[in-house]
Amino acid sequence: MTERTDWESWDLPRQRWLLTERSPAGWPRSLQLEVAVRVVFPTVLTLSVYLLFAGHSSMGGGFTGGLVAGLAFVLRYVAGGSIELAAAVPIRPPAVIGAGLTLSVVTALVPLAFGEPALTSAVWQWQVPVLGKVKIASSLALDIGVYLLVLGVVLDLLRTLGSGIETRELELARPDDGRGR
Amino acid sequence: MLVAIGVHFAAALALPAVARRWDRAAFAIGALVPASAFVLALTHLGGLPATESASWAPVVGLEFTVRLDSLAMLLAVLVTGIGAIVGGYFARYAEPGNPGNGRDAAVLVAFAGAMLGLVLSDDVLSLYLFWEITTVCSFLLVGGSGLTAAERRSARQALLVTTLGGLSLLLGLILLSTAAGTLRISEIIAEAPSGPAVTAGIALLLVGVFTKSAQLPFHPWLPAAMVAPTPVSAYLHAAAMVKAGVYLVARFDPAFADRPQWWVPLVVVGLWTMVLGGVLAMRQHDLKLLLAYGTVSQLGFLLVLLAVGTRVSALAGATMLLAHGLFKSALFLTVGAIDKQAGTRDLRELSGLGRRWPVLAVSAGLAAASMAGLPPLLGFVGKETALEAFTHGSVKDLLILTGIVAGSLLTTAYTVRFFVGAFGTRGDVEPITARAPGTVFTTAVALPAAASLLLGVWPSLTDSLAGGYADRFAGEDYHLALWHGVSLPLLLSAIILLGGYLLYRAAQRYEAPSGWVPAPLRAQQGYRAAVRGLDEVAQWVTARLQTGSLPTYLGIILTTVVVVPTVGLLGGVESPLATRAWSTQLQLPLALFVVAAALTLPAARRRLTAVLLTGVVGYGVGGLFLVYGAVDLALAQFLVETLTLVVFVLVLRRFDAPFLTERSARRWASWRKATIAALGGLFVAMFAVVFSSTREGISRAGAEYIARAESEAGATNVVTAILIDFRALDTVGEITVLLVAATGAASLGLLARTARGHRMPTADARPADDEEAHR
Repeated sequence: MTERTDWESWDLPRQRWLLTERSPAGWPRSLQLEVAVRVVFPTVLTLSVYLLFAGHSSMGGGFTGGLVAGLAFVLRYVAGGSIELAAAVPIRPPAVIGAGLTLSVVTALVPLAFGEPALTSAVWQWQVPVLGKVKIASSLALDIGVYLLVLGVVLDLLRTLGSGIETRELELARPDDGRGR
Repeated sequence: MLVAIGVHFAAALALPAVARRWDRAAFAIGALVPASAFVLALTHLGGLPATESASWAPVVGLEFTVRLDSLAMLLAVLVTGIGAIVGGYFARYAEPGNPGNGRDAAVLVAFAGAMLGLVLSDDVLSLYLFWEITTVCSFLLVGGSGLTAAERRSARQALLVTTLGGLSLLLGLILLSTAAGTLRISEIIAEAPSGPAVTAGIALLLVGVFTKSAQLPFHPWLPAAMVAPTPVSAYLHAAAMVKAGVYLVARFDPAFADRPQWWVPLVVVGLWTMVLGGVLAMRQHDLKLLLAYGTVSQLGFLLVLLAVGTRVSALAGATMLLAHGLFKSALFLTVGAIDKQAGTRDLRELSGLGRRWPVLAVSAGLAAASMAGLPPLLGFVGKETALEAFTHGSVKDLLILTGIVAGSLLTTAYTVRFFVGAFGTRGDVEPITARAPGTVFTTAVALPAAASLLLGVWPSLTDSLAGGYADRFAGEDYHLALWHGVSLPLLLSAIILLGGYLLYRAAQRYEAPSGWVPAPLRAQQGYRAAVRGLDEVAQWVTARLQTGSLPTYLGIILTTVVVVPTVGLLGGVESPLATRAWSTQLQLPLALFVVAAALTLPAARRRLTAVLLTGVVGYGVGGLFLVYGAVDLALAQFLVETLTLVVFVLVLRRFDAPFLTERSARRWASWRKATIAALGGLFVAMFAVVFSSTREGISRAGAEYIARAESEAGATNVVTAILIDFRALDTVGEITVLLVAATGAASLGLLARTARGHRMPTADARPADDEEAHR
């Protein structure tokens, strides 16, 4: 039995507009900053993807793209702490890192299956109606791997190193936790 | 012969499994390998020298070449023959059911293979390889199961001393082969190089010889190694390990015999060791130790004979090499049999064995007679030749002859001491009534003893082999024979035999006949002091380098970087081409910005300030990239700089804010750091200017990348093309490094977190009330 689409509520927001404003953790925050970051966040991510694809012909590439994406998450983290970060990334960072490395290595090995030396790249071109000439090199996959790995590393650092600060800040904020408030 | 060497190692791998099934028979089965190699070597007798070669790493011209000439044949026969006898003997000697049997059998066969490889190999690198394998094998054999402190200590000493020599030998071989321009030993010898580097190489080579052959002052490891099972000692002393040094001298002697830096140390150390070893042997009550010091003494003798480089002395050296192998193995195996049957090897407790065990006594007597130089045994023939070699009346000959006669007197004396001690009857001691040793033991002793007799009576067989080696030297045409007529050597032989016996009698009367050695001059003390000193130096260096302080590590690295390449660079600096102060005027403010931030840095009191100032420097440099048109580089620089700042802030918030609290210490430390940093920066700047100004226009590699980016990688951005196409393998490697580093950092962070008892917030740990709000 398939679930029928509920046309009354399918576009109901699944998250609250400001997810963490009622967070119980007590993280000191600025509403303006959080709103600004949430507005900017998708734009920065889009920029990072643009950089990733632009790499072949102008400046950019997987490394820069990944760093920009990582910085987008840094903004989220600075604004809302680790809970905000966790809300932004539903996947655990090590999985992102692993996916990146796997993709790169597999890309490197695929040419072997076609009897070419490892890391050989192929280039395809198409005429696409609106976009015009589109050119894709197989090495793009390697670049995507780099992108994911760099992003994952940034996330991992934020998650592990950052959490230390947070605990400390919270401890400072609530020195009399034991006595109950 | 290549196959024979390989089979030894293959058999060594298989023997532990064999021993699990058939226990100590594994020794006998293993002995078949050297036995067949013995037969194989004999089949080559007609066609010397024979060469075989196997390619090892053809790209760099590495080959494994074996060359079977007279000298190699002599030693190969000795190594394999005695290896086979010792293996068979060990099968009876080893304790049944001892779990170490398989291991010992394997190591013994590997030892034989390594010795065979050592004497056969014709390129310096495989020679060194086999040399070190013998070191490791002897360590394993001497150490045994390592259950007692004595075993561990002796094995360690043997390993340390001989490895020191091995390293020295490697350096020496490298110097020699570099000077000669070839790795082949036969070619180095054929056209001996010369020069200061070769002199250094010879000196290093000799250190290797002296340690391996237990010469003064490295000799104590050999008697200490007597904790090994007796068959192992027999092999070690007769045909393996200690013979390696002697072999090396014999091998290189044709090339260097005319150089004083070669023969003077060998003769001086050899004679000294010969006499000292003899004196020390006279002081031993343990038969095995007595023989061990006898070996030390004989090795000195062999080195003297082989170093001088006349035809007769080389003939004597090669003959004595064979004779020594034969009688020493027989005597050691005798001691093993006595020890096993009678339960002691102290000559003060043994009595009446000669009457009870006549077969063993006769065999051992033959070997002992050969050692003492009694006719008609091989030892006599060799010693006659040795005396003959130095009877030509020059001062050098006379001095050496005196030394040899003195040493030989002692040799005769300790031989009598050994034989009488082992088989004689003492009035004051109850005769030992142990069961006679079995056929295996007596055969193993009788075989080399009989060979000593056979080769003594029939010297032309030895003459053909030893003579083949000796023919490489100029000198009179002398041949081995039992009877050369009444001559000076014969007279000296008689004096040695008679004098030796009188010396033995005198030593019996006066206990402790040897002189007293002052404690600081004792070699064993020297060894201990050297090891202790090394430990202390290591501790001192470690305490100063491995401080656990990041600034110290960075300081050391920077100082090394500045000092080492600068010295090399300063030699080759040419005046740079004309340099411009700046290309565009925008560079000037940016540079000032960077310099100002860098100069402010040492004044920073707090870590965060310092990090921010470093960030300013980084952004400034990024700006310079931008001005130069390296947009990709600038973008990456800005992003990395930003991210670094973020990470730094994340980490640094957890440290105490200021670097150092004490003002004076802070000032001193920051000056020191600033100086090192400034030197590092200046060095890199100089490096960049020198290198960039020696090149006009775009480099060849760069031009190639640009030309091929579009056509081969389909990219118009060269940087990306390099990163993910031309050098993609590097990129994959680098991101792997990044992964490892990030995982490491993350684990440390998590460790600190879990230690404090907090759980990580993850996506699942979203506040519960939040989820309820959606419903």
